[in-house]
Amino acid sequence: MDTTIAEATRAEVCAVACAELFRGDGEIVAAAVAGFVPMLGSRLARSTFEPGLLTTDGGPSLTAEPVPLGAAADVVEGWLPFRDHLWLVLNGRRHVIMGPSQIDRYGNTNISCIGDWARPSRQLLGVRGGPGNTLLNPTSYWVPKHSTRVFTEKVDMVSGVGTDRGAHELRAVVTNLAVLDFDTPDRRMRLRSVHPGVAVDDVVAATGFELVIPAEVPRTRLPDAEELRIMREVLDPKGLREREVPSEARS
Amino acid sequence: MSKVLTIEEIVGSLESGMTIGIGGWGSRRKPMALVRAICRSPLTDLTVVTYGGPDVGLLCAAGKVRRLVTAFVTMDSIPLEPHFRQARQTGAIELTEYDEGMFMFGLYAAAHRLPFLPTPVGLGSDVMKINPGLKTVRSPYEDGTELVAVPALTMDAALVHMNRADARGNAQYLGPDPYMDDLFAKAADRTYVSCERLVDTADLAKEGPPQSMLISRAHVAGVVETPNGAHFTDCAPDHGRDEAFQKLYAKSAADPEQWAAFRDRFLSGDEAAYQDAVRVWREEK
Repeated sequence: MDTTIAEATRAEVCAVACAELFRGDGEIVAAAVAGFVPMLGSRLARSTFEPGLLTTDGGPSLTAEPVPLGAAADVVEGWLPFRDHLWLVLNGRRHVIMGPSQIDRYGNTNISCIGDWARPSRQLLGVRGGPGNTLLNPTSYWVPKHSTRVFTEKVDMVSGVGTDRGAHELRAVVTNLAVLDFDTPDRRMRLRSVHPGVAVDDVVAATGFELVIPAEVPRTRLPDAEELRIMREVLDPKGLREREVPSEARS
Repeated sequence: MSKVLTIEEIVGSLESGMTIGIGGWGSRRKPMALVRAICRSPLTDLTVVTYGGPDVGLLCAAGKVRRLVTAFVTMDSIPLEPHFRQARQTGAIELTEYDEGMFMFGLYAAAHRLPFLPTPVGLGSDVMKINPGLKTVRSPYEDGTELVAVPALTMDAALVHMNRADARGNAQYLGPDPYMDDLFAKAADRTYVSCERLVDTADLAKEGPPQSMLISRAHVAGVVETPNGAHFTDCAPDHGRDEAFQKLYAKSAADPEQWAAFRDRFLSGDEAAYQDAVRVWREEK
């Protein structure tokens, strides 16, 4: 057994799962806006198997090379201020990873508010770009804490549209426990893989609706030695990924 | 030819019940000096049109907002805005909520005197449900596509904060993103620019390239120099976001007693008093 691979943290497994979302995307903008792990994933994909991807420094600069998390661009290859980014949503050369506050079995998502929209019990961000992203661009989701609060029977305000409401393409949902997709005849959410150390029952218990569970649920791919090196030494030397997905205490 | 005004003259020209656009984005390049001045004015019953940040929070906390038109309210490094949340959760304000691209189309329409602009965005989402006035149109061409007609986001007045401006009202941004400030300027019946530094017209070209001169005097009714006037939001390259102060703001906003103390200390006087209080606070840290 490769000891390097055995030592990969959960956050690193998640980052690689996020990187895998971009496989085959080519020269499109990777808009990984949902947090450190998907941002790291997009830059890792670009550093390894998907070199054509366009990535930003978190601001409006498209960077000539993938930059470490939190770093400004060294060499800039393009400019994508908010107004052009919003037009690019219509143009389509973009794959976005968002973070849902609620998501249902068809991938309808809510980031606007909890409760009745007219008088919410908890106001959140607002719909932001959810309606446009999901209608027009490949969209994936990142959930750092998989729970029945997030995976709900019904979402309170559909801000991102699901497979039953005209979504362009919902590719997958990566969480701290598993990878889920919509690869079923009725486009319902399915368990694609569980991360190392996670049982299928753990995912079922943390999900507030019935998941499609294949007879065999594979293990999520582990980072290889080169991917671990790039994450640890180049793209995230400060370990911001571990803050988003804390590793369980080791014995 | 000079359009230089004071903060008080600008806010004094606004009226209760108006629709006011505010430039910037989230907690970035917000005309906070003008927002603070509105908070201490007698204005009420405002409809505020903005990509929301702490401008929305402060105006909600001061009871100035009747309706908010927005796609989000955030402080970026602190995702949620406490005063805005409270205003929504207590039902203190009405809301018109759009996708952020739809919102931009509304600005483009208003800026160009179009009644609406079409976009597919919004279809299928609950934006159509909570915004029942939104209508759809069909492409008159062979494709026959159904599209949302985003109505023009017209406004009585707009407030934007820029890095440089001249006395005529030409205004320049030096940061990495223009946001939608020129669209706000064109969409409003009249626009007021606050700026970090007022310079001679001849010096604009020394500060940045021609394309950084974002807003033409043709769209500006008045200009005021307010150094650090975007505080505590980001105003690159003049200054970044004051993260420590923003944290203090968010923490104070979450608790009525702490908010009263924050308000007394920072918001009870005019803009000069605010800047002094911030300076003293920073020295004490």
